[in-house]
Amino acid sequence: MTAVPRYFSRTLLRSSIISLWSAVLFLPFKGLQASLMLFGVLFLLILLLTLAGTWVSPRLTMAAAVRERMHRHLPADRRYLLLFLLPALGVPFIAQNYIIDVAVLAGIYIILALGLNVVVGYTGLLNLGFVAYYAIGAYSFALLNTRLGLGFWSAMPVAVVITTLAGFLFAVPALRLKGDYLALVTLGFGEIVRITLNNWDSFTNGPNGIGSISAPTFVGISLVTLSAYYYLVLFFVLVAIVVIGRVQRSRIGRAWIALREDEIAASAMGVPSTMYKLYAVSFGAFWAGIAGCLFAAKMRFISPESFTFMESVLILCMVILGGLGSIGGVIVGAVILVILPEILREVQMYRMLALGAGIVLLMIFRPQGLFGGRVVSSRH
Amino acid sequence: MSLLDIRGVSKHFGGIRAIEDISFSLKSSTIMSIIGPNGAGKTTLFNCLTGFIKPTKGTIVFAGTDISGFSADRVTRLGIARTFQNIRLFGGMTVIENVMVAQHATIRSNLFSIITRTGTFKETERSVRETAYEYLEFMGLESAAEHTAGSLPYGAQRRLEIARTLATGASLILLDEPTAGMNPLETDGMMQMIKNIREMGKTVIIIEHDMKFVMGISDRIVVLDHGVKIAEGMPKEIKNNPLVIEAYLGKEAH
Ligand SMILES: Nc1ncnc2c1ncn2[C@@H]1O[C@H](COP(=O)(O)OP(=O)(O)OP(=O)(O)O)[C@@H](O)[C@H]1O
Ligand SMILES: [Mg+2]
Repeated sequence: MTAVPRYFSRTLLRSSIISLWSAVLFLPFKGLQASLMLFGVLFLLILLLTLAGTWVSPRLTMAAAVRERMHRHLPADRRYLLLFLLPALGVPFIAQNYIIDVAVLAGIYIILALGLNVVVGYTGLLNLGFVAYYAIGAYSFALLNTRLGLGFWSAMPVAVVITTLAGFLFAVPALRLKGDYLALVTLGFGEIVRITLNNWDSFTNGPNGIGSISAPTFVGISLVTLSAYYYLVLFFVLVAIVVIGRVQRSRIGRAWIALREDEIAASAMGVPSTMYKLYAVSFGAFWAGIAGCLFAAKMRFISPESFTFMESVLILCMVILGGLGSIGGVIVGAVILVILPEILREVQMYRMLALGAGIVLLMIFRPQGLFGGRVVSSRH
Repeated sequence: MSLLDIRGVSKHFGGIRAIEDISFSLKSSTIMSIIGPNGAGKTTLFNCLTGFIKPTKGTIVFAGTDISGFSADRVTRLGIARTFQNIRLFGGMTVIENVMVAQHATIRSNLFSIITRTGTFKETERSVRETAYEYLEFMGLESAAEHTAGSLPYGAQRRLEIARTLATGASLILLDEPTAGMNPLETDGMMQMIKNIREMGKTVIIIEHDMKFVMGISDRIVVLDHGVKIAEGMPKEIKNNPLVIEAYLGKEAH
């Protein structure tokens, strides 16, 4: 009998603390009245959500059982592909340019987030400077294109190799560190790369950035139209999903996840831990390199401003939001975090605030991410 | 020829002499027990044997190779696998995935075959899963194959750890207190399983406190006390060794 009121009062306390905190955060921006309103709305919302959650969760388990049965009939990567491909293929036919533009951006972020997911989600190495690889990929591509005149399909492989190598070379000394220390060093690496790009005027053109990057071509046709570019990005997204999914369900992916779960036990099973961490970081950097090239070729102009620490945080949020280690979850996380700011255009200045509040709410209500839960999926 | 030769191995942690000048050798397909009071240095000896710590002095020769100073993963690939006193499973992975990880070094799929899913790759993956399942059956865990390893009851976790060591393909298996926290029924089951492991042609070293268990299973026993080997022999010899009795019961007891 006492359990119910105690549960209720705990819920009350929790919702009031969260909404009070959000209201205080908003106070300097919108004044007292708006903050009070926010408090009221959030309070009721959280309360309702929690109560609804207790009602829904047993039913969710039932839904999970159904899903489980579905999973057994479809191998993991094909399942995501179908789910993703059908609507994705149609986008240019039904949407306006603005939406296709957002979709292209989402595609680039999906590739980035999938790459970071290999490092953070599978291998468990927290990286706060992932944007560095994105930047290296974009700048290598831009420089190869504008200085040496290499076209898209020849500049891209070179840029990706450079990025992968950069990932590898940086990881060699960094991996001597563990946990929080490693996270800090990666953060530092991200900043070093950005500051270098910003200050090395003679090579990178400094804060002015590099312009007039040529558009990609395909069998002689220039892919200048937005829909053509959309399909190019979609192609790379699909490649990323299939390749990363397959690597995950192999001895390499198993070794990564084992390292995350328990490094000592993994080495006792014969997994060379340093080597596999190096693999993971280089493999992650590889995808960031591809995303960087796509970004540079899309924008036709890049500058250090696009590669700030906040960008690293954003990519990390995509990975965490969807659920560490789950390919489908990461895709949804990336899509949400690209679309959300577009919807919230009017409240642009609260974007970061909303993002922060959202992540905090997520950590409270679903610490495993929206779609996390079963992280490992080498099941058939 | 002996499978394992330990010659004058010592490990000091600063001033602490965790083990001091330990020597013994071990024949193939035998079960050896290492016993001794708490803090005697048993786990430290295992850590030296498996490359988790580097001995201060001494050499360890396994199957003709001097492995002193090798890294832990390399030692495992050479054929020594261990369990841990405080169980170390991959808690978030399923039971069968735990055993699949253990086969890491026994398979050779490269990145290209993984990405293109060649026939050989698929065949390898199928056999990895099958082999994993066989080891689970061997340890009586087949019904839990798809459960999360972290959710298993304690005794089953210990058995899963052993299944994992077997799956590495190692010929020498080191078990650190395999019956700790088990009830008498489970302990009896464990004794039979370890005997079966010897029947597979593997060699086993067990650290164990349960004397009935040790006397019932061992071909040979090594006794450590304060980091020093104080006795070695057949169970009968150890049972009546005054030094051993003294180490366990104190000087006044006899
Ligand atoms: N990493 C370490 N650093 C410092 N001292 C250590 C370390 N590992 C072990 N020791 C010390 O070495 C001695 C032997 O420890 P060890 O764990 O090998 O004993 P044990 O025989 O396994 O004991 P138990 O039966 O309790 O498991 C102890 O005094 C312990 O405190
Ligand atoms: Mg011990």
